[in-house]
Amino acid sequence: MTNQWLIIPVAIPALTAAILVLAMRYSLTGQRIVSVTATALQLAVAIGLYVLAGDGEPHTYLLGNWPAPFGIVLVLDRLAATMLLLAGLLAFGVVLAAIGEWDKRGRHFHALFQFQMLGINGAFLTGDLFNLFVFFEVLLIASYGLMLHGGGAHRMKAGFHYIAINLIGSTVFLFAVGTIYSVTGTLNMADLAVKVPHVAAANQALLAAGALLLLTVFAIKSAMVPLHWWLPPAYGSTSPPAAALFAIMTKVGAYSIIRVYTLIFGAGAGPLADIATPWILPAGILTLVLGTIGVLASRRVLDLVCYSLIASMGTLLIAIGLNSAAGLAAALYYAVQSTIASAALFLLAGLLAPEKGSRATFGWFPQYTDVFAGFYFLLAIAMVGMPPLAGFVGKLLILDAGRAASSTATVWPAILITSLLLILGFARAGIQLFWNPHPVAETPAPRDVPMAPIFVIAGMIAAVAALSVFAGPVMDDMTAAAEQLLSPQRYIAAVLRPQTAANLAGE
Amino acid sequence: MEFLLASGIGALTAAGLYLILLRRTFPVVIGLSFLSYAVNVFLFTMGRLVIDQPPIVNASAGGYTDPLPQALVLTAIVITFGMTALIVVLSLRAFLETGDDDVALDIQPDETSSGTPRDEVAR
Repeated sequence: MTNQWLIIPVAIPALTAAILVLAMRYSLTGQRIVSVTATALQLAVAIGLYVLAGDGEPHTYLLGNWPAPFGIVLVLDRLAATMLLLAGLLAFGVVLAAIGEWDKRGRHFHALFQFQMLGINGAFLTGDLFNLFVFFEVLLIASYGLMLHGGGAHRMKAGFHYIAINLIGSTVFLFAVGTIYSVTGTLNMADLAVKVPHVAAANQALLAAGALLLLTVFAIKSAMVPLHWWLPPAYGSTSPPAAALFAIMTKVGAYSIIRVYTLIFGAGAGPLADIATPWILPAGILTLVLGTIGVLASRRVLDLVCYSLIASMGTLLIAIGLNSAAGLAAALYYAVQSTIASAALFLLAGLLAPEKGSRATFGWFPQYTDVFAGFYFLLAIAMVGMPPLAGFVGKLLILDAGRAASSTATVWPAILITSLLLILGFARAGIQLFWNPHPVAETPAPRDVPMAPIFVIAGMIAAVAALSVFAGPVMDDMTAAAEQLLSPQRYIAAVLRPQTAANLAGE
Repeated sequence: MEFLLASGIGALTAAGLYLILLRRTFPVVIGLSFLSYAVNVFLFTMGRLVIDQPPIVNASAGGYTDPLPQALVLTAIVITFGMTALIVVLSLRAFLETGDDDVALDIQPDETSSGTPRDEVAR
């Protein structure tokens, strides 16, 4: 069942990045053409793979045609296809938005961008834990470069923090992988799912330690409380297009949580069944609350966006923590809409608050007021979760899943009260930005507002609106994805079947 | 040997964590290196400690060493080398741009944003 198309989302950015670095170092125009073309191709392939995954059967690609638990395997199921499509859409928007202004501020923006896409696409497709680590590193190395893109003293210090915390996270990841390997003797996720229920009782504690260390790593990536504090300085110091692309990096953490704790440590994991569930729900609620407090307290528009991203991750983690098909489907839907909305907000924040003089207050400069105010209004609605945009549908679905999972007493107050507070926070910021602008100390010289980000933001708002219009068909797909996640037998069979076939042929 | 390795890994980890908690960039970088050495040795022992055995199944040998941890360690070492180089360069650059090697983020907004608009220098 090897399908060659699965390697394409990894191969395109890898080749493109190499070409950009080696052949087009000095031609910015050439870099732009190649990078946009490659990103469009990735989007097209992602759409194709999404259609392919729609048949409900997990597809695999064996690298070098080594049989599954021994070689590297890429797996495409509905979840991976959804995340790939989301990454493709987001990347296409971000690369367009970066053209014109931000890709001029330092060298190799497009090459780093493609390397980051290589890591993101690979992390969604990979079928074993060690390659998940490797793809994490690839996307992190590229993100370090993107984060520091353009330079500046403040960015350097924030970047040092960001890199240090992620290096510690990588170390913990390796400790977790080593512990799990020492107990089970495999790192292939499907193989782990088979072996974890049969681990000897004496080794259960070791395996549990490995599983929870892994959760710590994913908590860092997905900005789960108490490991969320690195995000606002890092994302708030970087360039807006990079921050917009980073909006999907937190989702890589959430994706890994969903993948590992439904497939390996899911309901069928014997004594360790659902080991992470008791942690995710409370941590999600705390993340949501702290993110909301951050939104209320922030004085820069970029900080506001960062904390609203943390709050949306909290909402997402709550949905994952409900541990039901309805909860997972709602989580996927919410992840798609919140990624697009927060990316658009990052781009808008870049237009609203030119870096100079914008650290303390909501800086503002007076061109395009009406357009920006309209964008802000719509995106605030999407981010807070008010009707009619998709954020409302997403939160409604999560509330509904919470009722079904009889967690009403905790989930409902958390989401409803924080939604109210988020409305207050966004409204306050909007009033200060647009109704009571106090210009920054030194008025920025009038300059042309770059048109590319404006069109991209408009496109992203249209995408969020489309998500709420087509919520029915989209939710059908998400529900199918969630059900596929909760019955991993077909995933395991699809990955391990070539091995059994090879064994039969060889003996 | 188990005791020696375990206490060695423990000592490396403890030293690394202590150094990471200091306020200067240089100790933090060294601490990160210590942590990565610790994890490399840890990974290496994960295939069980076996002495004098080939890393492949061989009919003439009495057993074999699990080869996979070596592959994992190799990958981890390569990645860590790259990361260490990057963070060394970054901390040097941060030192040169800000004039000190303090890890703390300056909360004062005006120190960085007013004055020379370094963020906007196109290169």
